Amino acid sequence: RGIRVGYTPDVLTDATAELSVALLLAVCRRLPEAVEQVKNGGWTTWKPLWMCGYGLSDSTVGIIGLGRIGQAVARRLKPFGVKKFLYTGSGPKPESAEEFGAEFVPLTRLAEESDFVVVTCALTPATQGMCNKDFFGRMKKTSVFINTSRGAVVNQEDLYDALAHGQIAAAGLDVTTPEPLPADHPLLSLRNCVVLPHIGSATYATRSTMAVLAANNLLAGLRGEPMPHELLL
Amino acid sequence: MWYHKPVIKEELLQSLPNLKIVASSGVGIDHLDLNLLSSYGVKLSNTPFVVSTDTADLGMALMLASSRRLVEGHQMAVSPDTEYFPANWLGAEVSGATLGIVGMGTVGYKVAERAKAFEMKILYHNRNQRNKEEESAVGAIYCKKIDDLLQQSDFVLLSVVLTPQTQKLIGKRELALMKPTATLINISRGLVVDQEALVEALQNKVIKAAALDVTYPEPLPRDHPLLKLKNVIITPHIGSATEKTRRLMMENMMESIQAGLTGLPIPNEVL
Repeated sequence: RGIRVGYTPDVLTDATAELSVALLLAVCRRLPEAVEQVKNGGWTTWKPLWMCGYGLSDSTVGIIGLGRIGQAVARRLKPFGVKKFLYTGSGPKPESAEEFGAEFVPLTRLAEESDFVVVTCALTPATQGMCNKDFFGRMKKTSVFINTSRGAVVNQEDLYDALAHGQIAAAGLDVTTPEPLPADHPLLSLRNCVVLPHIGSATYATRSTMAVLAANNLLAGLRGEPMPHELLL
Repeated sequence: MWYHKPVIKEELLQSLPNLKIVASSGVGIDHLDLNLLSSYGVKLSNTPFVVSTDTADLGMALMLASSRRLVEGHQMAVSPDTEYFPANWLGAEVSGATLGIVGMGTVGYKVAERAKAFEMKILYHNRNQRNKEEESAVGAIYCKKIDDLLQQSDFVLLSVVLTPQTQKLIGKRELALMKPTATLINISRGLVVDQEALVEALQNKVIKAAALDVTYPEPLPRDHPLLKLKNVIITPHIGSATEKTRRLMMENMMESIQAGLTGLPIPNEVL
């Protein structure tokens, strides 16, 4: 119908990457659980293995989709003592990977070898439902799964099974299908699943910038001028 | 001993005439009376360094969780009352903000290394200035006066040792010097902060928020105001809480104990 589309890439890279790392840390150190124990009186005395989580030191991090956000995530994780970065996608990206010494591997190997899996890819027909029973079945029992891309990249029933049966240790999701999840959704009943309300780009600074950019796209479109960021259809 | 138990008092030492060594978990020794132990000829060891990475990681986790409102967000996402996610529900970015580290020891420095990757501006206050290479590796700027750090920081992180000098290091005056938009993060010891002053500062919006892995006492009594404030995250002293690190701590303690019992030089001895 000849309708032009503007969007706001790039300006939210840092905020989203930051949220991905924040979520990863909150999941692997069990922050929501720990906070709950403090409030409900579950914290009585201190025991050596109580509330233990998983450290990033000497770990292998697998990034699904080494785009702008994926790279910004890797950059932030590097000083946490990550031993190795793996990544997967439609093809290798040597220039992007070089900064982290990241190795391009098939999805299956990424699942098998990663202690932390971070999904930062676009949702396309190829990536829809990509994180499924086979994927979770290959992951380590001690591994953590983080999705800040789109809910539909994950098969939610398979993720539930994997978490409930201890096939993976924990998961953090900023995105689900639908949003919000219905109140009785099984994923919400799991202690080792942290769900956030799609706040990847939710900072005052970033949303302001996004809003201005969206407005400028709109004004340019109405005037028949080139847009700052046009989605070419 | 794990955490602070058993409590080492004179009566206990008198009842254990053959006690040669106390191996304490963690790096902090503020819960122990060094003079008392030495007067009974009992040696002491701790587990420094092995806890530093996990504690620095937790400091970052608390800063990020507070700034991006993760605990609130999770509660909203799982609440049966949530019908939609409001578009104007926002947090503040950590990336590019100013972090003031009070206590640039092993843990403080590791926090700086991590914060640098978030493009944070890093200020630090320490008994001594670090050397130029160490400073430039993380882009840290020394603040000889803690006031300068407090006035400029968006996040103030405490990673000092608890000593008589650092007790109540952060009190009413220091909190008032902080920005009203600033967050206090404590991964050191509860007593480094004047807790009553902190409650007042949070209630009166003198500072924006706090994220604490340590309080005084631990755990806090059930009716403590800190547990009710919406802008406070409290975790139950889990700075070193990963299985790998707890195992390493235990191994360190065993090595120290074995050396102590056989009269050999003690690794990680506290003198």
